[in-house]
Amino acid sequence: MSKVALLARLELTDAELDTYTDQLAAIIDHAADVAALDLADVPPTAHPLPIENVLRPDVVTPSVDRDEVLSQAPSVEDRRFRVPAILGEEP
Amino acid sequence: MSLNLTHEPIEGEHFLITSDLTGDVWEIVVGLEVHCELATVTKLFCGCPNMFGDEPNTNVCPVCLGLPGSLPVLNHQVVELAMRLGRALHCSVEPSVFARKNYFYPDMPKDYQVSQFDRPINVDGWLDLPDGTRVGIERAHIEEDTGKNTHAGGSGRIHGADYSLVDYNRAGVPLVEIVGRPHIRHPEQAKVYIDELRAILLATEASDAKMEEGSLRVDANVSVRRVGDPALGRRCEVKNLNSLRSLGRAIEYESRRQVDLLESGETIKQETRHWDEGAGRTRAGRSKEEAEDYRYFQEPDLVPLAPSAEWIAAIDAALPVLPAQRRVDLAAASGVGITETGVVITVQRDLDTLALAAIAAGGDGRRVLTHVEHNLSGEGVVDLDPSLLGNLVQLELAGQITATQAKTVLADMVVTGRTPEVIAAELGFEAMDTSELEGIVDGIIADSPDEWEGYCSGDDKRRGKLQGFFVGAVMKATKGQADGKAVNAILDARRSAAS
Amino acid sequence: MSESVIPTTAVEISRAVRAGELSAREVLEVHLSVIDGREGEINAFNLVLADEARIAADAVDRRVADGGDPGLLAGVPLAVKDNLCTRGIPTTCSSRILEGWRPPYDATVVSRVSAAGAISVGKTNLDEFAMGSSTENSAFGPTRNPRDISRVPGGSSGGSAAAVAAGFAPISLGSDTGGSIRQPAALCGVVGVKPTYGLVSRYGLIAFASSLDQVGPFSTTVADSALLLEAIAGHDPLDSTSIPDADTGAARSLLSVLHDGVAGLRVGLVTELMGEGIAPDVAARVRQAAEALAAAGAEVGEVSIPALSYGLSAYYLIAPAEASSNLARYDGVRYGMRVDADTTAQMNTATRTAGFGAEVKRRIMLGTYALSAGYYDAYYGKALKVRTLICRDFAAAYQNFDVLLTPTSPTTAFRFGEKTADPLSMYLNDICTIPTNLAGHPAMSLPFGAGADGMPVGVQLMAPALGEATMFRAAAVLEAAAPDLSEALQ
Repeated sequence: MSKVALLARLELTDAELDTYTDQLAAIIDHAADVAALDLADVPPTAHPLPIENVLRPDVVTPSVDRDEVLSQAPSVEDRRFRVPAILGEEP
Repeated sequence: MSLNLTHEPIEGEHFLITSDLTGDVWEIVVGLEVHCELATVTKLFCGCPNMFGDEPNTNVCPVCLGLPGSLPVLNHQVVELAMRLGRALHCSVEPSVFARKNYFYPDMPKDYQVSQFDRPINVDGWLDLPDGTRVGIERAHIEEDTGKNTHAGGSGRIHGADYSLVDYNRAGVPLVEIVGRPHIRHPEQAKVYIDELRAILLATEASDAKMEEGSLRVDANVSVRRVGDPALGRRCEVKNLNSLRSLGRAIEYESRRQVDLLESGETIKQETRHWDEGAGRTRAGRSKEEAEDYRYFQEPDLVPLAPSAEWIAAIDAALPVLPAQRRVDLAAASGVGITETGVVITVQRDLDTLALAAIAAGGDGRRVLTHVEHNLSGEGVVDLDPSLLGNLVQLELAGQITATQAKTVLADMVVTGRTPEVIAAELGFEAMDTSELEGIVDGIIADSPDEWEGYCSGDDKRRGKLQGFFVGAVMKATKGQADGKAVNAILDARRSAAS
Repeated sequence: MSESVIPTTAVEISRAVRAGELSAREVLEVHLSVIDGREGEINAFNLVLADEARIAADAVDRRVADGGDPGLLAGVPLAVKDNLCTRGIPTTCSSRILEGWRPPYDATVVSRVSAAGAISVGKTNLDEFAMGSSTENSAFGPTRNPRDISRVPGGSSGGSAAAVAAGFAPISLGSDTGGSIRQPAALCGVVGVKPTYGLVSRYGLIAFASSLDQVGPFSTTVADSALLLEAIAGHDPLDSTSIPDADTGAARSLLSVLHDGVAGLRVGLVTELMGEGIAPDVAARVRQAAEALAAAGAEVGEVSIPALSYGLSAYYLIAPAEASSNLARYDGVRYGMRVDADTTAQMNTATRTAGFGAEVKRRIMLGTYALSAGYYDAYYGKALKVRTLICRDFAAAYQNFDVLLTPTSPTTAFRFGEKTADPLSMYLNDICTIPTNLAGHPAMSLPFGAGADGMPVGVQLMAPALGEATMFRAAAVLEAAAPDLSEALQ
């Protein structure tokens, strides 16, 4: 669970971790009926829609007002979004 | 397979490392992953301009900023170019879906990247290198680019930075990731692969493929194994390769590093390493607390992509002639081997059309390509009238002018566009009368009795040296106008007569 | 102008405003004073937009005066769930992490209702990020059920349902991922519709679970929901999952067929949703509704849809999985709350930990787990297959039936705090509504009398994809036959 919290960028207290573990276990238990099914021959449905091939033309459409967007940012410098030190490289 | 008893790389197909310690011989196995930015007008999922170098955060919108509530819509031209590239690489175009690759990083507006995972658009292709190697292409899929972080404060390098600034102009730019199979065996071969790929990207107009602008990015997967071992060694991924030179140097460094480790009994840790151009070495990436788990799942905001057979056929019909095919055509027309430098360089310089026309105009294939390889490069060359080149070669082979003279005439032809006959006459390049030449040769023989004695009776090595002496003397006496071949023929004849 | 002069339905208001008989401004002021009177105790709104609404109403009136077309919803006050982007107006999803965020763009549905002349009166409260069934998960306090303020209005669109039930606006917009329109509609005694997936644009709807979310109407009458749905439905080039108009003609022509009746319509009562787990008074009202349809000429039968018993499990794997990915973007970098720290990763974590409520965190954890390496096949992967089974079972049922009838919610509105201790008990509220989200089918809830405790009972109609017209026809019949809410259950 603490690995999951790290992947999700959430910090949980030990008490919370315990509570969540229990609660999630209950939900997963409930889902055990699903886990027990033999669905080897059943294809997954990722999407309820039978639509394919939705494409748009390669034509410029108006961008958004930069100032309007930057005005909503927590921290801006030099027309860019400012963030604290980034440790580690891009995966 | 030749054995190399030192650590020096050999020119040739395989790059071999011989251990000082055990005498074992190792080979390298390299697979390249190349990301190319597609040359579309707009981004992958929105109508923002796909432009390099604009003011920060000016080519952005709710979609590529990943604002709450925004949704992606796929750019038609991205699919066109991706398929074009895939077919140029002989891939099979398949129905495909998009997937989310989930991880946190500030240059990722949604903290997931939309890519293709288990069902990519192009699979199972190949690329033929000039040296005849066929490098397999596992897949070439579509994905979105990230924004750009600029590190500020501290030393400017990521570890010493106080903070970073993020520009999302590049976020959402369309990429194709081309995953090559591990068929490369030499650092030079890796560079040739990239050159060939770049030529294909330019020919199909899929990308402008500039490593220095980031529209072509290369990562190298490097592993080593003892020669003869069928199993693949554990590989490391090397990143931060900003030029072909870095690519070659990094592969060489990394493979030696791995051999040294394995020879001393250690194992290779499968990891990402970064190339440090300044220090000339790779370094392990910062060790993470946990391995990244991307939790791929099908992108629910996009629908599947199933290009019609008609679309694929139209793409095939419109594919330009690719470098590999141009080499085939030129080899056939010139009679020169397809892997020989004459063919390779002529195509590389885009002078094959010129060469083919010169050959069609009567020029000997091998001679034409030799001229292209050694004497034709730079500006204006492509405008040369091919029939002139054909004529020139004909004159050469008829013995009217020497090879050295032809080079000079050619240089003039490129600039002035005059016929070789006119130029040769103006420069006084005419074939020497045979009896006149014989007379000069005889004169020099007479003047150098000792050398002549050595030439006639000496061993092959001695004769070769003295031949050079005589030819040189004749050239001096004729101010370079003598044809070397003719001189040799006369010397031979005199020697036979003397014995 | 007294309230009794103002019509109470969107159909009547828009007709009168378009005809110049009524001014949009008048209508607005009446509704603003109702809001003034009860909003304090109901808390339906995160933000009331009185000034903006007045400007919009005046514009509609000018349009009418100039002889222009003010739109099909001209002058109708409308409340907007606070997970729909409204340009320049705070859109919070009832979460601290988006407190004060002003989107630089409007959701497509917001643009459409605005173009149709509707007057947005405010952004309504919801369970944080639409995760919940009671609106108790809002970071800005719960909304109370107008019929009994000691009880929940349902969720997650509790504010939108309550706003209509309390008379703050005749119509409102909500969103439905696992029942978030229908269940609060049932608990508040109003009409609520979840359209076919893809019929209404999701552009600008802040995502919870992308393959399940849909925007839909609340109203007091079936006709009003039809009117609002017609105004918002239709292809949007900004939403790749939006159905092309060529395929949705029938689903968007509802008003014209509304009173076509149900003669010969085959109605199926779903066995799995009438037994254990459903309160007896609720089940009784559903059977009454079935009788009403039969009396109007429908053929009523029973149908079993076995895969439904796995629906809850599949939903509580798929929805949190998609949500865990959709909510990753709330990282303190580009908008919303930021809690500073030395490194970006620490800042992300501190921000999300402080900004998200417990239920949201729980679902993110569950979703991340369901997708993680080693668990994907057993959980998320399996859930997608269960989804196929549900689709197949529905398809089989619709071979023999045109619409299906079920309860909307297993119980009437419960009291605050009754289900918050055990998340699983809260999730069980959704068993009737979840299956149609998984299948992408349309469904709606309409009030059909009161339960044993005097609180409204909602009955749910379901139809196959793009079967809105059939569904609305049945709804119109039920509406006419519905017992008064004050009538006790026999």
